[in-house]
Amino acid sequence: MQDDRDWPLYEIFVRARGGLDHKHAGSLHAADARMAIDHARDLYTRREEGVSLWVVRSSDITASDPAEADSLFEPARDKIYRHPTFYAIPDEVKTL
Amino acid sequence: MYTQGLDAAGADARADSADLGGEDALQQRFQRRVDAEQKIEPKDWMPERYRSTLIRQISQHAHSEIVGMLPEGNWITRAPTLQRKVILIAKVQDEGGHGAYLYGAAETLGVGRDQLIDQLLAGKAKYSSIFNYPTPTWADVGAIGWLVDGAAIMNQIPLCRCSYGPYARAMVRVCREESFHQRQGYDIMLRLSQGSSEQRRMAQEALNRWWWPALMMFGPPDGDSTHGTESQRWKIKRFSNDELRQKFVDFTVPQARYLGLAVPDPELRWNDLEGRYHFGAIDWREFEQVLKGNGPCNAERLAARRAAHAQGAWVREAASAYAEKQSVRAANRAA
Repeated sequence: MQDDRDWPLYEIFVRARGGLDHKHAGSLHAADARMAIDHARDLYTRREEGVSLWVVRSSDITASDPAEADSLFEPARDKIYRHPTFYAIPDEVKTL
Repeated sequence: MYTQGLDAAGADARADSADLGGEDALQQRFQRRVDAEQKIEPKDWMPERYRSTLIRQISQHAHSEIVGMLPEGNWITRAPTLQRKVILIAKVQDEGGHGAYLYGAAETLGVGRDQLIDQLLAGKAKYSSIFNYPTPTWADVGAIGWLVDGAAIMNQIPLCRCSYGPYARAMVRVCREESFHQRQGYDIMLRLSQGSSEQRRMAQEALNRWWWPALMMFGPPDGDSTHGTESQRWKIKRFSNDELRQKFVDFTVPQARYLGLAVPDPELRWNDLEGRYHFGAIDWREFEQVLKGNGPCNAERLAARRAAHAQGAWVREAASAYAEKQSVRAANRAA
């Protein structure tokens, strides 16, 4: 019979309050998604830290490569015109 | 602290083979990031010794949480009131949760939880010496919360700023919960110290039993600690063992005084010049013996863990079988 060494890892996301995003809280092992939810409740919401849970198999997550972070994110750095503060608006002009 | 074996284990922590010349640039870049207080994340490049040190430290910490459930779990069925019982259950459950957070953090470094648990059950892994002491009275439960969790907080708060992201984040979660543990312990001591002469005697005896082992939790004195410097350079460790121990004594002695209890150290006195307490010498032979497995409860703790693991096997098997059945059914429905 298989032991828990075959249980996959799940990443747990918790919505702290209605209206907020689900936020990554950590991970845990479970036999299936249903059990991952049950365990996530016990592990991450013992003090009313959440109103909703998402569980995702860790192996189903595709992540960007940290080694490529520069080439991936640097192009945004010199595009300061994308921010409203780039534009000087005369003091006389209101509500803009 | 919960990972004190790290400092004492000079022999089994031999230096890795010298880093290759090609890694020099990576090493320097890594150190610059650490120096700049940037967090290191699981997929980032890291020196092998940084990885192995963290695996050892985090897994020892996780084992300590799990074994730490036993001395207090011993009193769940005998807690003096229903309220004390539910509080104690909640605290012990928290410790299990802390172990789970920490195993999770260790797993991000490429080691399996089962592997780590196997090491614990085989008696090959270290955990904090403190959990090898017995809890003969209810007052010991109070002393553990007050002193052991108090010492743990002292150590864990700086770990919230540790350079390794998953460990730091786990510690933030742990620290949020630990304060309840310390307060509930002090609350037990407070109640006993305001009680009958027998209750006050129980409280005093528990303090006598736990004071020195609590001071040992911070690990060997700085001069003997083999890993302090490297861990500090990597910002895994922020303060030395002796610094944290001193801070603990300075915080705790006034708390004992408020309880009307005497700290079992004839040399203890306030040093006005240094602005801190002077305290007596710690019996490091006792510490070494407990770490080596010869403490009062080492064998009992390990036997309890092994029994719990074996007795839980059918639950794990049943859950696996159920998950398998469900997935087969889902596949058949889809077909």
